[in-house]
Amino acid sequence: MEAASVPAASRLPRTRRPTDRIGDAALYGLTAFAAAVGLLIVAAIIWRVADGAWPAIRVFGIGFVWHNEFNPVTSKFGARDLIIGTVVTSFGAVLLAAPLSVAIGLFLSELAPPSVRGPVGTLIEMLAAVPSVVIGLWGIFVLAPFDAQHVQPFLSSFLGWIPIFAHGQDKAESTVFTAIIVLTIMIIPITSSICRELFIGVPTELEEGSVALGATRWEMVRTVIVPSVRGGVVAAVILGLGRALGEAIAVSQVIGNFTPLKLTIFAPGDTLASRVANQYQGAVSNLHVAALIYVALLLLIITFVTNLAAQRVVKRFEFQRTGGD
Amino acid sequence: MQPGPALKATGRGRRRLIVNRLAESGASAAALVAVLALAIVVWSVGSRGVHALNLNFFTKGPAVFGATGGGVAPALVGTLLLVAIATAMALPFGVLTAIYVSEFAQRRIREQIRLWLDVLNGFPSIVIGVFVFALCVKVPLPLFGWGHHQSAIAGGFALGVIMLPLVARTTMEVLTLVPNDLREASYALGVSKWQTVLRVVLPTSFGGILTGTTLAIARAAGETAPLLFTCSIAGQLVDWNPSHSVASIPLTIFQYSEAPDPALHEQAWALAFVLIVFVLLTSLTARFLLDRSHRKLGAAR
Repeated sequence: MEAASVPAASRLPRTRRPTDRIGDAALYGLTAFAAAVGLLIVAAIIWRVADGAWPAIRVFGIGFVWHNEFNPVTSKFGARDLIIGTVVTSFGAVLLAAPLSVAIGLFLSELAPPSVRGPVGTLIEMLAAVPSVVIGLWGIFVLAPFDAQHVQPFLSSFLGWIPIFAHGQDKAESTVFTAIIVLTIMIIPITSSICRELFIGVPTELEEGSVALGATRWEMVRTVIVPSVRGGVVAAVILGLGRALGEAIAVSQVIGNFTPLKLTIFAPGDTLASRVANQYQGAVSNLHVAALIYVALLLLIITFVTNLAAQRVVKRFEFQRTGGD
Repeated sequence: MQPGPALKATGRGRRRLIVNRLAESGASAAALVAVLALAIVVWSVGSRGVHALNLNFFTKGPAVFGATGGGVAPALVGTLLLVAIATAMALPFGVLTAIYVSEFAQRRIREQIRLWLDVLNGFPSIVIGVFVFALCVKVPLPLFGWGHHQSAIAGGFALGVIMLPLVARTTMEVLTLVPNDLREASYALGVSKWQTVLRVVLPTSFGGILTGTTLAIARAAGETAPLLFTCSIAGQLVDWNPSHSVASIPLTIFQYSEAPDPALHEQAWALAFVLIVFVLLTSLTARFLLDRSHRKLGAAR
């Protein structure tokens, strides 16, 4: 950049014109400011939500987490059943979605011919683009009646001896089970597209080596691909879990918004996110509003921890794979 | 003459082949399930929604109580307004953040910003709604005259917070694809850094930024949760005033879906059809263009 080292420098204009110095500084300042604003927003979210929840935190303390009554009339609030509902729906959805997503990832990376790979991959990504309110609408009017008439009687007649599959209300349409299915549909595209990327990233030489030694395609997947991307798959599943934990709209449309929770999944229930979505506008007192913000704060903490965990796993996984480069 | 080895697998080999075949069909079936889920959702929405589509649907406000007909014009206009506000907030901040990260920041700061943008992206959208409610709906900000009530600005801000990490992350990815040769060629000509960024780096990655923004818009247009407490009380008329609370497509679907009136259910399906067509078309085009610009930049490298 030093113009002085160029022979004909005297005839060239000086390269560091004042406008350039100002321009560089201005662009640096502006972009640094924008980046700082992004970080500030994260801090502000945590601060404002904690601050809004403060009146409820002062009244109920940490006991809010294991107290189960949520009653605006008596001003007694607790989130136990909401937390349980959130955990049950999210983990249920993850249990269904994880094996499906891994299988889809394998299909798209190893099995499908290239002419199928592209279109099917795009279609599955389009599933992620469908807004949650539309999936919820479909859940209310198509999935829930179908579940109530066909799936639930079938499942509870076979597995009814296990308490969580026990027969709930007759022909109940709004159930925890329907919410689990809706969430499964919503997280499959997220986890499966990450899984696909992971499987594609496995070096081809390893795969070819395994096949050359006589392994079938499944044995190659089991002995080469799965061990080398295990950490990544865990991270993908955790990211899907994070999405399921925080989904408010679609869940509140199908779950029935009811506590106390029943033991069976074929009955109405509620989750943290869906309770906030459902009661915010009808909040009857300042304490009720604060309790709902407290619920949102719990949700924030849970998803925050989940996402950081996924990041940690990804980081360690990348470190392993690249040897720390 | 020795008989050659049997060509048909028997015993253990046969079992291995069968297991392999089972695993392959399982994977194909899983992919089929996901594609079927999309097909069923789109088909349900299409077959139920298409009947209610007519000129009145797009141009009229909702019918007064008891009357039939009516449309959703306020919701269409409202979503347009909200998304415009959100884009106006998220696009400059997202792109500038990405420029900072890819052109100026040191590695450690870069990783921190990436991490926190991912954390922001992972926040549930309902929490963002609660945040904006607590920030500028519930508490009047003396700075802005529009505090203490719901407004399109508050709703647009909530959507903007959701769009910000999406825009920033896609822009970062595109900026890292810009070949360093281009930057160095520009410096070699004596061009300063800010002019290089504005005249070389940004124009080269313009297509990628545009498609990233389009994807973020498609996502924001369908978000319901952030609008619940920030922009949900709306009148029956088309309203362009950003300091008023306006109707929006996703929230109208949400409210109609829980209403007892079957006529409203039909409108909800029709609106869902409009939304899904918009979202799927924009994401498809954006994805296609993004692939192309990645390929173009990838080839240049």
